Amino acid sequence: MTASQPGPLANNVSGTEVSDNAAKSVRSVTGITVRLAGDSGDGMQLLGTQLTNTSALAGNDVATFPDFPAEIRAPRGTRAGVSGFQLQFASEEIFTPGDTLDALVVMNPAALVTNLGDLRKGGILIANEDGFNDKEFKLAKVESDPLESDIINQSYRLVKVPMTKLTRAAVEEHGLSAKNADRCKNFFAMGLVYWLFGRSLEPTLRFIQEKFYKKPDVVAANEAALRAGWAYGETTEAFGESYAVEAAELQPGTYRNIMGNQALAWGLIAASKISGKDLFYGTYPITPASDILHELTKHKNFGVRTFQAEDEIAAICATIGAAFGGEMAVTASSGPGIALKGEAMGLGVMMEMPMIVINVQRGGPSTGLPTKTEQSDLLQAMFGRNGEAPMPVLAPRSPADCFDMAIEAWRIAAETMTPVMLLSDGYIANGSEPWKIPEMDSLPKITIQHPPATSGEEPFLPYERNENLSRPWAVPGTDGLMHRIGGLEKEDRTGNVSYDPDNHQHMVQTRAEKVARIADRIPEQDVLGETSGDVLVVSWGGTYGACHTAVSRARMDGHDVSHAHLRYLNPMPRNIGTLLKSFRKVIVPELNAGQLRMLLRSEFLVDCIGINKIKGKPFTVGELDDAIRSHAAPARKSKAG
Amino acid sequence: MSLPVLKATDFASDQDVRWCPGCGDYSILAQMKKVLPNVGVPREKIVFISGIGCSSRFPYYMNTYGMHSIHGRAPGFATGLKSTRPDLMVWVITGDGDSLSIGGNHFIHAIRRNLDINIVLFNNRIYGLTKGQYSPTSAEGQITKSTPMGSIDHPLSPLSIALAAEATFVARSMDAHVKHLGDMLMAASQHKGTSLVEVYQNCNVFNDGAMAYAQEKKQRPNNIIELEHGKPMIFGENRDKGIRLTGNHLEVVDTADVPADDLLIHDAHNPDPSIQMMLARMRYPVMPEPFGILRQVDGVATYNDQINDQVTTAKREKGEGDLNTLFHSGDTWKVA
Repeated sequence: MTASQPGPLANNVSGTEVSDNAAKSVRSVTGITVRLAGDSGDGMQLLGTQLTNTSALAGNDVATFPDFPAEIRAPRGTRAGVSGFQLQFASEEIFTPGDTLDALVVMNPAALVTNLGDLRKGGILIANEDGFNDKEFKLAKVESDPLESDIINQSYRLVKVPMTKLTRAAVEEHGLSAKNADRCKNFFAMGLVYWLFGRSLEPTLRFIQEKFYKKPDVVAANEAALRAGWAYGETTEAFGESYAVEAAELQPGTYRNIMGNQALAWGLIAASKISGKDLFYGTYPITPASDILHELTKHKNFGVRTFQAEDEIAAICATIGAAFGGEMAVTASSGPGIALKGEAMGLGVMMEMPMIVINVQRGGPSTGLPTKTEQSDLLQAMFGRNGEAPMPVLAPRSPADCFDMAIEAWRIAAETMTPVMLLSDGYIANGSEPWKIPEMDSLPKITIQHPPATSGEEPFLPYERNENLSRPWAVPGTDGLMHRIGGLEKEDRTGNVSYDPDNHQHMVQTRAEKVARIADRIPEQDVLGETSGDVLVVSWGGTYGACHTAVSRARMDGHDVSHAHLRYLNPMPRNIGTLLKSFRKVIVPELNAGQLRMLLRSEFLVDCIGINKIKGKPFTVGELDDAIRSHAAPARKSKAG
Repeated sequence: MSLPVLKATDFASDQDVRWCPGCGDYSILAQMKKVLPNVGVPREKIVFISGIGCSSRFPYYMNTYGMHSIHGRAPGFATGLKSTRPDLMVWVITGDGDSLSIGGNHFIHAIRRNLDINIVLFNNRIYGLTKGQYSPTSAEGQITKSTPMGSIDHPLSPLSIALAAEATFVARSMDAHVKHLGDMLMAASQHKGTSLVEVYQNCNVFNDGAMAYAQEKKQRPNNIIELEHGKPMIFGENRDKGIRLTGNHLEVVDTADVPADDLLIHDAHNPDPSIQMMLARMRYPVMPEPFGILRQVDGVATYNDQINDQVTTAKREKGEGDLNTLFHSGDTWKVA
């Protein structure tokens, strides 16, 4: 992936007029960042998803950031109940949902006051005028109508639209109740946004028909609202111009838009297929991991068995049971659930049983911020078990990367006979981006061999090891291989219970060495920029996009800055130590208090500077950009990334 | 299917058995080895899964597949194994602490799902492995290392819990009554669905004689009642006592005083567990304690059948899953 260009700069809307449509002109821009915000019942997530899909289908690169309250329906109209969906779509390759907003759509005063700070000066502010009344002001705790304030009118391009009234009028003929008619107003807003950014209505019209096919009156009303919103943009004098974002130049291929959890689920299914295994998924519902279960359970025809357990512990124990039986076994949770799974993970390590443990991280500790993102479970993943219990740890860097890393996790687990931890996070899980659909033949086969039946005359050695130090995966039902495994220390080779002190040290070291040797079977760390120099930015997980974009910008401006993004955290790629020692400064941005930094320092004795944000929010490119430049040497002449 | 004729010794692993001399576990192990050659399942298709505790060392001593897991969670492991490998016969070996304390949750959920497994619960009413603390089945007032002034917990009854979770097979036996124990293990092995066999098992180190009233040959006839489906409930050294349902409670009567027809006939097959629950609640010394099969209801769908049936149905209705079709479903676009 290359990214020599900075992110799309709708902030510098200075494109050329490409057409003159009646009184309106269309301005061509490289990208738009828009946020839709309203009450959690207003359908903002649906609106955002539709705009994302439509933009992706138009060939734009897209990146999204849904942000919603932990409460299912926080009190209506209050600041706590505001649900938002941010989206960047662009004619260039992008890696983040954007920093400052070019446009903000708000359905009520609470959405306005909680989101306005992110709208750039001169940006478009579209407000549902009908949502701004005394009752709503009170709920949002604002003194008077903010839309009347001079500051707003002078700083932004405010467009007040009586959406509720216009929607009611548009759907009147379809005979819906007032309540149901009002529920169509997100489609009105959608139509207006689509007009403003030159989006086609077709994909959303198709969506409406598929989604509500059982209710023809709802289909008709939603369609009417969508078209009315579009027509309003076209006819009203409120907008001077609309914007066009051309298709992005992506690698040739067939694309679809994909969310992180969906990509994880599909990657797991693909991994099971290319390894000739059925998939067993044992889990207990938890935000933000539950959507993996929801997705997997739709695909039982792939041989997928999903088990919604009575608790997190039962979920992972069933997963180990399925692995013992010889299937591809996976469990997933978020931090608090992973904490409960700790003891069973240790058993999996001791039994040397292949499986995947997925942690879709969220804000912690304890229940923390269930719907907000954080990267604070890295040390838990590394060390959150009793005893010496090393586990490989992998982390996807983006929604689409979840597909590849799910397959990679299973390859490592099966090859190594070990549980593998896959660290996603809420930002990746709910975010989406275009995914180039892989050619089936390009997916590397995973070959798994179970030892065959024997006469049983020779004793079977369940802990005899191959060149990867992996033990054989002998499955019940195979004659002659009967053996017992468990959590008591095992004698080398025979697998019998052993308290022998030397054997224990040998087994502990062997299990560690087995994991360490995975480094021989993973790619070396790649770097954006030079492999030595002034500043190296080291990141992991969902911060990839922001770090990549910020480093690219700094490089454009002539700073000697490189970027290494780790997808393999345990073991790390073999060249990482050399890399760290080849720069004057190492900067580690993380959404935690410095966990990767701690690992790098302790492992490689290289000092690292942390950029640490623990606000339940992803990095913006801007804040990383500032931080990186503050550490970098003065810029030399500009160079390409 | 012709199977090689196996003997009890074929099921013995090469590991030394390390229970305390005189432990009731030996008897259960011996009966299991005796029963398995006759259950009609080849040795390699049998898996023992246990939790933690003295009883849970059991899998190491069987020459089958086995897993010694973590405290209280054996039913969880069994669920994943049996769901993916319904061809295997899965035994869960557990103790009163393992299954009713730390594993209470998993115990009831395995039962309510009617997973086709056999749970053998060794009940010695004490924590043996941790050396003598009271367990969830210890008597109220029992003095132990952790209850010097007597336990203030009310004891749990595994049978009541199983029945409350709508178990399809519930039985009780004891280590000292080896033939009965063998019969119960055999009956459990033949049941389709979760079977629970509670085994009274003497811990001669930390709780010796706690269940002597039921285990000692002399005391046994007057303090227990052996249930048989379709037979009137009669017990006592001279078979002179019976159980009668009067109103909504059970009472002990002298058979000399009441007509035979008035005695309660044991109905293990009754889908309504109400009376079976009343039996489970009969406790020494007020009532004789029931042994044998309290409940045996056939025809209830098992979890493992259902989870696999859904896969079969999905394949039939949607066709075998194809990755290409899945990836290209919904909206896609081409970049040239």
